[in-house]
Amino acid sequence: MTTHILAIDDSRTIRSLLTMTLEDAGFSVTTAVDGVDGINKFKETDADLVITDVNMPNKDGFGVIEDIRGGDKNRGVPVLVLTTESGAALKERARKAGATGWIVKPFDDDSLVSVIRRLTGA
Amino acid sequence: MAQESSILDTFFEECEDLIVALTEGLEEMRDGNADDETVNAVFRAVHSIKGAAGAFALDELVGFAHKFETVLDELRSHKLTADDGLLRTLQRAGDILADLVDDARDQRPANRDVVDPVLAELQGFLGPEEEAPAEEFVFEALSLGFDDDDDEGGYIVSFTPGAEFYATGNDPALIISALKELGKASVTVDTTGLPTEFADFQWDKGYLTWTVEITGLMTDLPIHEVFQFVDDICALSITPLDAGPPAIDLPDIAEPDPTSPARPEPIAAVAPPPEAIEATPAPAPKKEETERPAKKAASTLRVDPERVDRLINAVGELIINQSVISQRLQEAALPNSSEIFADLDDYKLLAREIQEGVMAIRAQPVKPLFQRMMRIAREASDATGKDVEVVTEGEATEVDKTVVERLADPLTHMIRNAIDHGIETPEKRVAAGKSRQGKLRLSASQRAGSIVIEIADDGAGLNRLRIRDIAIEKGLIASDAVLTDQEIDHLLFAPGFSTAAEVTNLSGRGVGMDVVKTAITALGGRIAISTVPGEGTTFSITLPLTLAVMDGMIITVGGQTMVVPISSILETVRPSPGDLSKLGLKSELLRIRGEYVPIIDLAEQLGQPPSDKTMAERVLLLIQTEAIAQCAIAVDDIFDQRQVVVKSMHNNYGDIEGVSGATILGDGKIALIIDPDAIASGPAVAPQLTQLPEGDLSHARAS
Repeated sequence: MTTHILAIDDSRTIRSLLTMTLEDAGFSVTTAVDGVDGINKFKETDADLVITDVNMPNKDGFGVIEDIRGGDKNRGVPVLVLTTESGAALKERARKAGATGWIVKPFDDDSLVSVIRRLTGA
Repeated sequence: MAQESSILDTFFEECEDLIVALTEGLEEMRDGNADDETVNAVFRAVHSIKGAAGAFALDELVGFAHKFETVLDELRSHKLTADDGLLRTLQRAGDILADLVDDARDQRPANRDVVDPVLAELQGFLGPEEEAPAEEFVFEALSLGFDDDDDEGGYIVSFTPGAEFYATGNDPALIISALKELGKASVTVDTTGLPTEFADFQWDKGYLTWTVEITGLMTDLPIHEVFQFVDDICALSITPLDAGPPAIDLPDIAEPDPTSPARPEPIAAVAPPPEAIEATPAPAPKKEETERPAKKAASTLRVDPERVDRLINAVGELIINQSVISQRLQEAALPNSSEIFADLDDYKLLAREIQEGVMAIRAQPVKPLFQRMMRIAREASDATGKDVEVVTEGEATEVDKTVVERLADPLTHMIRNAIDHGIETPEKRVAAGKSRQGKLRLSASQRAGSIVIEIADDGAGLNRLRIRDIAIEKGLIASDAVLTDQEIDHLLFAPGFSTAAEVTNLSGRGVGMDVVKTAITALGGRIAISTVPGEGTTFSITLPLTLAVMDGMIITVGGQTMVVPISSILETVRPSPGDLSKLGLKSELLRIRGEYVPIIDLAEQLGQPPSDKTMAERVLLLIQTEAIAQCAIAVDDIFDQRQVVVKSMHNNYGDIEGVSGATILGDGKIALIIDPDAIASGPAVAPQLTQLPEGDLSHARAS
């Protein structure tokens, strides 16, 4: 079974980069363009891991995580926050929302992939 | 690599969209709508550019976007207020950001002379610059040259996941398998914390403690990496195997900030009882904070333009094919009652629908183009010290993508001209009794098969005396030439004409309006000037809606079939002899509704032998042109109106005066497409226009 990643980011560029990196690593990828789209796609697909941006229109990344953790389906999925900030306050906020981990943009392909492998056991 | 460069393309495309969103937001703010959602949208646009630019190591862009974003963040959190000064700076920062994106795309270094002052302005809103935060410590696992299989060295890792560990999507089994990959590992689990009654069991309580003994590991860095996200939410201890002093708790990779309040106290080797690490329950999601009214993102399809072009070509062929079929049917001399004619009409309708549909794919609103022009205008007014208000109209007007792209340069030039030469300095304006602030209007509209773009300033108007002097000086006209006002205005488009008394940095050098005119003509368009001394100048660019297909009137002249664009024909007239009158030896006038319009003989203009028909036997096409008011083009006969596929001849034959292209007719013959405007302003027209042909006009034409 291919590991399936849901990548939520309002930047087309970041979505393309994520898709390229993750598909090269042998994962399958679904992308979503904002928080609301992300939650819809999360409900529609079976993601083994979710990567989400923080600053997005309609619903931000924290909202996405809170919805996933507070929902019925697959609520224990690992969720990585993709962020440009690395401050402790942001991490604390992400943790409170239920984030599993965080990756600082611009991300390093290899470490992203190795983190995903670790968190999904792939 | 190819993949990455295509992502880079995606990035620049996305930047364009983001710059549009940014500009829109800033405009809203300038109009006094600096509400949270608007500021947020602007922030997000800048933030997205920064985030994605980082991935391509576009440092100048990232650096500027970061400062810009920081100011917006302060505004967002109401630490700053959107007063005039801040708005002006934000506007400038938006312009610079757009420039930096362009620079990055063209792989040019940024113009620090322009960027740095704005950067300093932004900093001004943030107070004195803080010490740059120390570079994040990045740990690289050092290869110490030891054989990893060496049994010496190792660690005992013991961890007790707490509630938060489970609540954030972590799984102890995955941690254990990651640890197992680091070396030879043995795992034990302490289950003494488990409740004895199943009813007491709660899934997220930390009942279990795992201990993993790993050998063949020289450093504990990889272990910290495994616990990267969880070292503060599971009681963790890492002890070296050889019973030496406990491993120093290194600052971990993910959290370099040792002052973080979230940082746990060093944890004893023995796991605390589960109760001790029970986390506070996570707060209920604050819906009102995270959920905003859903603004439906426009769903779009990204298609390779080449595919659309192929489709457009195919549609062109379809339309040619349609006229071939019509022709064949006519030749077959079928009875008019034959149903095939009704079918053919349906076919025509469908073909037209397909054509319009395909054209709509290529159509783009002029808005991004206009926004770019507003930026150019702001830069120009800054550079000239003039106070100019720029207004745009009809931004939603859609134009073919190629047209939008190729209009950028001519418009840039015209806008700079309008501000540099058209609009006066504030002092002069006040002295002339005008408002201090000049006004530049950029508008787009669709009129009967054409797109009209106007650039209007409320400046001093063209100085015709000066234009005339320059034209004489440059040898463009004879010193005694008698020219109408319109003809003088059109001298601006003559190659090598430049009105600037001194060549300014802004409007460029020498490559004047003739380049603009060439660019517009290449798009099948035309440009006209109207100016009122003291009140301003308006340039109108008329462009065809599509570049590929047009509605044409099929005509014959001297035995040749040709096409005249329907869009330029006001009406067709079969003149009665009484409507015609002579002017001079050769020229004739048509009287229509009490007005006299000059008649232009198409055959003569194209250098064909004179028609054997008298004027009264011919057909006159009444056209409206830009250069002169109305005129009538005389042709031998007219046939039907039909859609023709425009094929450019530019690549093979260059510019041909009076001809804008060619098409293939239903019978397979090639027909030239006439450019009525060029025909109307051709050399032979001038004597008819100037009532008193006393001057030598042969040099008066720019052509």
